Amino acid sequence: MSDVYILGTDMIKFGKFPDRSVPQIGAEAALLALDDAGLTINDMEALYCGNLMQSNAMVGQRILQQIGLTGIPVVNCANACATGATAFREGWTAIKAGLYDLVLCVGVEQMAGAGLLGGGGGGKGIPTEGLLGSGTMPAVFAEAGMEHARKYGTTFEQFAKVSVKNHWHSTMNPKARYQVETPLEEVMNAEMISYPNTKLMCSVNVDGSAAAVLASEKKARELGLKRAVRVKASVLTSDRFTQRDLTMPDVNTCTREAAKKAYEMAGVGPDDINLIELHDCFATAEILHYENLGICKDGEAGRLIDEKQVYLGGRIPVNVSGGLLSKGHPLGATGIANIYEVSTHLRGEAGKRQVQNARFGLTHVIGLGSACGVHILEKVAN
Amino acid sequence: MTEAVAAEKKPLPVVPFLKIPEKGDPYLEGSRCSACKSVFLGTRDVCAKCGARKQLEPTRLANKGELYVYSITYRSFPGIETPYVSAVVDLDGGGTVKGNLIGIEPDPKKIKMGMKVDVVYKIAPRKDREGNEYLTYYFQPAKS
Repeated sequence: MSDVYILGTDMIKFGKFPDRSVPQIGAEAALLALDDAGLTINDMEALYCGNLMQSNAMVGQRILQQIGLTGIPVVNCANACATGATAFREGWTAIKAGLYDLVLCVGVEQMAGAGLLGGGGGGKGIPTEGLLGSGTMPAVFAEAGMEHARKYGTTFEQFAKVSVKNHWHSTMNPKARYQVETPLEEVMNAEMISYPNTKLMCSVNVDGSAAAVLASEKKARELGLKRAVRVKASVLTSDRFTQRDLTMPDVNTCTREAAKKAYEMAGVGPDDINLIELHDCFATAEILHYENLGICKDGEAGRLIDEKQVYLGGRIPVNVSGGLLSKGHPLGATGIANIYEVSTHLRGEAGKRQVQNARFGLTHVIGLGSACGVHILEKVAN
Repeated sequence: MTEAVAAEKKPLPVVPFLKIPEKGDPYLEGSRCSACKSVFLGTRDVCAKCGARKQLEPTRLANKGELYVYSITYRSFPGIETPYVSAVVDLDGGGTVKGNLIGIEPDPKKIKMGMKVDVVYKIAPRKDREGNEYLTYYFQPAKS
């Protein structure tokens, strides 16, 4: 079966844009990606749009109202924090199926100032937050990290080091929300949100958008492969039953299954991957995913961060974009922004943060509930 | 005192799986799949593990268990008193429940994953808009 190619991709600098609408923010990335591909909206045969917080509001169509109403089919996707990756994958699926040769995928979210996410219930009776434990996202992911601590003795300091690394990486990414280094002491002494996640170990609520133009192999060859990136694997999983999942969301099992399938689909293994953008919604989460994605054995994640193997220049750089912790986490855009980041390295255009000689890169997102999206991208050999 | 007034004073359960019988002590209710033996909170029709239908039987969950993991929440939604220990507990005999761990300092040096806990029942410090009282459950370090 023929491959699918990314012909153009871009993201806006993540930030706070209270005076702009969600479709306006999405339209900006859409146009950037079209420009990057050297194409226009008139060339696109379908639009796949990812947005979570206005998922009932036809965001994809409203983006076309901004950039050109061409009558193409529009699919609006919502899949928690895997929303962008899901929209991208819907586009990939349609090209794989032979329906289209060129599609546009856009992810967008406006959430600056949204505050704490999660918690809820919100149903009948009394609020249960703080009575029946915490459903806030920092607490949920703190508990996921504590499971790792329970099994392997992972420390607060090791979790905090993830944040030190990603904030350092972000100083080299002009599109990151923040570009400020945060030494270990600063991370550990920041306001405690949910132990062991301090404020600097929580992802940043921002406004943002990212987009990609996907092409069939036939079309990509016709238009020229010079800057094209090959999509070697696209996988989406949901939860397989595990003992505590319904009480304590299990972000490990669905990630492991997605990674395994993606490696099989791409015909590569973890050792072949040159860089990873993974779902560091909280510093605790990143540690789990080193093992879930197979870049180290179970129980070795703490050592991986201690030895700086996951730093730029290390054995397997993780989140050189600054990650969700510093680049920012606009839910619907995140999954495509990760794909933009990896593509930029495979194209050799990542500037100061360039991972040298990158051939394969992996992206990973988790939408709690759960949806796990993994993509493996390959540089097109010239 | 009439029966009607007495009935008004009876607290409501904080969640549907907390049962308050007419006689006897409150308890947490689960269901056990007779096909694969999995235990779930509350009642359900289909087993989430094996997909078996009509094989889930109500079961009374234990009031003892083990702390699996926890976090200590310092920042919560407006109006929620902090800090509190959010705990995930594996009950003896099956069932995993989340709730506040009380009766211990919210300090990682004091809280031990794997420690034995009891499930205790108390009137919640919140009422609904109609002024109804609720019975809730907490975990606390086991007495014995």
